[in-house]
Amino acid sequence: MRRGGAGVNQAAGAYRTERWSGYVLLTAGAVAVVVPFLSVFLASMQPSGEPVVGMEWPQHWSLDNYRQAWTVAGFSSLMRSSALIAVGVVPASLVLAGLAGYALGTMRLPGGDGVAALFVAGLTIPVELIVVPLYFDLRSIGLTDSYLGVILVEIALFLPFSVFWMRTHFRTTPPELVEAARIDGASSWTVLFRVLLPLARPALTTLGVLVFMWSWNQFLLVLVLIQDATKRTAPAGLGFFVGQNNTDVPMLAAGTILVMLPITIVYVLFQRSFVAGLLQGAFKG
Amino acid sequence: MTAAAGQRARRGRGGRRAGRAWRGYLYVLPAAAVYLAFAVLPALHTAYLSLFEWDGVTLGEWAGLRNYREVFTDPALRGAVFNALVLVVFFALLPILAGLVMTGLLSLPRASLGGAGSRRRGLGVYRLLFMLPQVVPLVAVGVTWRWLYGEDGLINETLGGIGLGGWARPWLGDFDWALVAVGLVGTWVLSGLCMMLFLAGVHKIDPQLYEAARLDGAGPVREFVSVTLPQLRGELAVALTVTTVAALASFDIVYVTTGGGPGEETTVPGLLVYKLAFTDGKVGLASALGVVLSLLILGLVYVINRLSRTERT
Repeated sequence: MRRGGAGVNQAAGAYRTERWSGYVLLTAGAVAVVVPFLSVFLASMQPSGEPVVGMEWPQHWSLDNYRQAWTVAGFSSLMRSSALIAVGVVPASLVLAGLAGYALGTMRLPGGDGVAALFVAGLTIPVELIVVPLYFDLRSIGLTDSYLGVILVEIALFLPFSVFWMRTHFRTTPPELVEAARIDGASSWTVLFRVLLPLARPALTTLGVLVFMWSWNQFLLVLVLIQDATKRTAPAGLGFFVGQNNTDVPMLAAGTILVMLPITIVYVLFQRSFVAGLLQGAFKG
Repeated sequence: MTAAAGQRARRGRGGRRAGRAWRGYLYVLPAAAVYLAFAVLPALHTAYLSLFEWDGVTLGEWAGLRNYREVFTDPALRGAVFNALVLVVFFALLPILAGLVMTGLLSLPRASLGGAGSRRRGLGVYRLLFMLPQVVPLVAVGVTWRWLYGEDGLINETLGGIGLGGWARPWLGDFDWALVAVGLVGTWVLSGLCMMLFLAGVHKIDPQLYEAARLDGAGPVREFVSVTLPQLRGELAVALTVTTVAALASFDIVYVTTGGGPGEETTVPGLLVYKLAFTDGKVGLASALGVVLSLLILGLVYVINRLSRTERT
């Protein structure tokens, strides 16, 4: 590495070397990311029930393990549960957070900043803090072993980020837009639907895919709230199979790929939204 | 600010203004209701339960702060908190370090080599790849690494292949290495995120700062330390927050890779909350641990954001 005071040409040379080493490292990193995924994929192509050693190229390619995971091991119903829950959580989150974010972001509500702070305070709530009483409370009103119970809790769990996200978005829309519509006599409802909502599409899309991801990946909550094996979600089912010390690695590898597939497809389709959200510090434990 | 101006224009209508202002809360109400009922109240209920000794079935017994005393004195519980702090090294510090090194190497030529376009070429595919571990379910990630770390897994096979077969071991069952092995899974998950976070941050830095540094005769390293690093303070705070929370509240990866073992070597608070409440019948103690964990997270997040803010001014 060069010290300060080097000539411009020398410095440029140093830059170029570093840049190359940068790309070498980048590629090494990419390999490190790909290898684990590739090894699961290759394992899923091995003959069912046989032990898998290291990373082996399969003798012949077949989707038998996937078929078996889908039907015999019940991954089809696991995935359906996950999908049902996500279908409940995503639209509801968008509506609730959109409405709340609109009011907290564009209107001057008495005590509005305090309410917004209350939502923000929930940003770092770990599932561990709420899961214990939730089990007992929801059981007493019949919401354990129920998709509705999980859906409601997930919405609540993701709301701090969702409201924060939509509020931030609405605060950045030009105030003139709202004012102009107001002077024309539009109600706050009309302002939201006619003026602001069309502009909020990118923000809502990002929020939607993030909430879908968190819902699809949620594990601890489902593990506790859903005991009924027929209602388990995909990650919970996968965790359960592994916990049983199931030895049919190729079949489980196929199941693992199946669980990762939907979210990966959504990720690739909506990569801009994902990256925008994740890089702006979106997280949920 | 928006609404303020609008309201000033309508000031004439007097009394109705106050009512109108409150009416905005109708939009907040549905979200607030769900949030209160299914997140805030359960959190308060946890704090309440933490003051009792309760097995989840029979009548609970008032315990005062006894559960909290146990959290801080019981070796198993203290050990779990300690393990979570060790995981911070792997989930937070290593990924941030990796991200900074990569960012330094990839973005230093800012001032000397071409415009933004030349540097970003090809980064899209890398970005897509590097964020993937962050996107897929942690349970699936854990299952994957369970096999990689297994006795016949890829890691041991590779070690054997390069003549280091003596090092091969069932990593996740090894008393010395299990926690490190679990931690490195976190490093694998979060490094890409940190890297992309910093690379995105670097692109927002004013190029003139780099030109000024170079006119002062700063080399690449100097430039990184005195320009890039301070300018990335915001991104560093975000990365540190996300990764620290991921480490302290970890559950999924540990549950599927080791289940807390061997012995208690990889037990983390999240796992104990689950076990204490739902298999050991110690609901009060589990609640107290949940509260302590949350306060620890809250405290660290507060410190991180406080530091990043004061230093920036």
